[in-house]
Amino acid sequence: MPSPLRKHIPYILVAPSLAYLAFFISYPIFYTFSLALFGNPSPMVEVMTSPRLGEVALYTTLIIATVIPAQIVIAIFASLFFLNRFRGRELVLYLFIAPLAINEVAAALIWYTMLSSSGFLNKLLINTGVISAPIYFFGYEFIDRTLLAIFLTEVWRATPIVFIIIYAGMQMISRDYLEAADVFGLNLWQKLRYIILPLIKPYIQTALIIRTLFALQVVGPIFILAGEYVRVLATEVVYWYSMRLNPGVASAWALLIGLVTLLLGGLYIKLLRPSAGAT
Amino acid sequence: MRRVWVFIISMLIIAWITVPITYTILSSFADLVDYYENVLPRRYTLRYYEEYLRLGVGEALVRSVLVGILTIILSMIIGLPAGYAIGRYVFRGRDSLKLAILFFKVIPIAIMAVPLAVLFIRVGLYDTLIGIALIHTAISLPFVVLTASSVFGSVPRDLEEAGYVFGMSGLQVMLRITLPLAAPGIAATALFAFLISWNEIVAAIILSSFNRTLPAAVMTPYVMGTGGELPDPYKFAATTIMVTPALIFMLYIRRYLIAMWGAAGVR
Repeated sequence: MPSPLRKHIPYILVAPSLAYLAFFISYPIFYTFSLALFGNPSPMVEVMTSPRLGEVALYTTLIIATVIPAQIVIAIFASLFFLNRFRGRELVLYLFIAPLAINEVAAALIWYTMLSSSGFLNKLLINTGVISAPIYFFGYEFIDRTLLAIFLTEVWRATPIVFIIIYAGMQMISRDYLEAADVFGLNLWQKLRYIILPLIKPYIQTALIIRTLFALQVVGPIFILAGEYVRVLATEVVYWYSMRLNPGVASAWALLIGLVTLLLGGLYIKLLRPSAGAT
Repeated sequence: MRRVWVFIISMLIIAWITVPITYTILSSFADLVDYYENVLPRRYTLRYYEEYLRLGVGEALVRSVLVGILTIILSMIIGLPAGYAIGRYVFRGRDSLKLAILFFKVIPIAIMAVPLAVLFIRVGLYDTLIGIALIHTAISLPFVVLTASSVFGSVPRDLEEAGYVFGMSGLQVMLRITLPLAAPGIAATALFAFLISWNEIVAAIILSSFNRTLPAAVMTPYVMGTGGELPDPYKFAATTIMVTPALIFMLYIRRYLIAMWGAAGVR
């Protein structure tokens, strides 16, 4: 039934979504530029010369550079594990990805419950006589331990996203390849290095891009576990908008998030270009 | 040997996930004195929930639910037709459209939130539930469109054609064949949209000042630097309220997660 109207149906159906996204996303992007760049003094200049910039850059880098590699490694091994068929696999798989449904504030509070001075870990260790005084994870004097708590929270909470993407890739690998590897007597490490990793490279790339983007936006665990002692790009946006009521400086920080996202995204695409013959 | 390893790793995963969640939920019902003394609390109370909900958190909870429902309604009305078009029709520009939608998925929320807050103040949408729902719709729309397109794409075309053969109109085929078959996937998409809204924090906190949704309200004292003064049981109660419905929804959504996330970027 090809009628002239029918040809336009898909465009008519798509139009509302496209218009909505164009308005709510394109408009703010342009407006962010004007908020961040123009003013007297320009908020961007203010941010670039502020004494906080160094600290923010340090902690943002530190968290991303430790959390994301750990998540990729865990996700790869978890994917290998879940390729096995075993009883109860469905349940274990559900539990493993369950934190995906938990927001960052809740996840941070969960790990606060585990690690606070009267939390699970400390009470357990004290009651069993392993230690006599609680180990402190939070507070100004313990920034390195606080970072460890943030690391744990992030790995616990956000590894499922990385896992789902990498697992999807691993399911695509033909069983024949792995069986052939077994025939040739390759060990697990060789199988990973020469068969699995090259084949799931594009998925690792996607996982890296998505996870880095989300990691740059994390505010909950930082505010909740570190208070004002640790600052990252995203917490600066919230702080400058909600506490200091300064949309200009908040936008400048937001713009930095956008720039870093673009930069890292480009870097991943360049570094992980599929090698010839891999696909 | 292999079965032993599978068992050990399974147990480690189960413990890694369930111990922190269960312990937090358990602590939210624990009597405070008891909580500080014992690893496993022995006396339980609902006192802290009652107090905490009365402190304005009850209203934040209601707001979160309302914003979530608004987000479902908006993102379904706007997104389902697009999902249907992408899943069902072959048309010029379809691939670039998919790419554009993927691109919208990876825009930092902070970049969207600050300018929209400035705009919303001007038009009277700042600090309203609709205002927050509007941005949550923008965040969830790419997911809704892409998931719906894979859901509609998996409805067998033969069945639709059979409907036409029996003389049904296009609308009848849509209502009596396509939609019922796609219903479970669409329900999962709706729940996912709700979950995105239920868990979203950055936009929710920037676009409101008094009428905050639950996670934003829970985080507010921490942003102001007074979070440490909040009594511990309130923290546990807040967590339990936020986590429980999310985990239940997840049970239903999990089958569709690969379509939502796994396909991202790579196809």
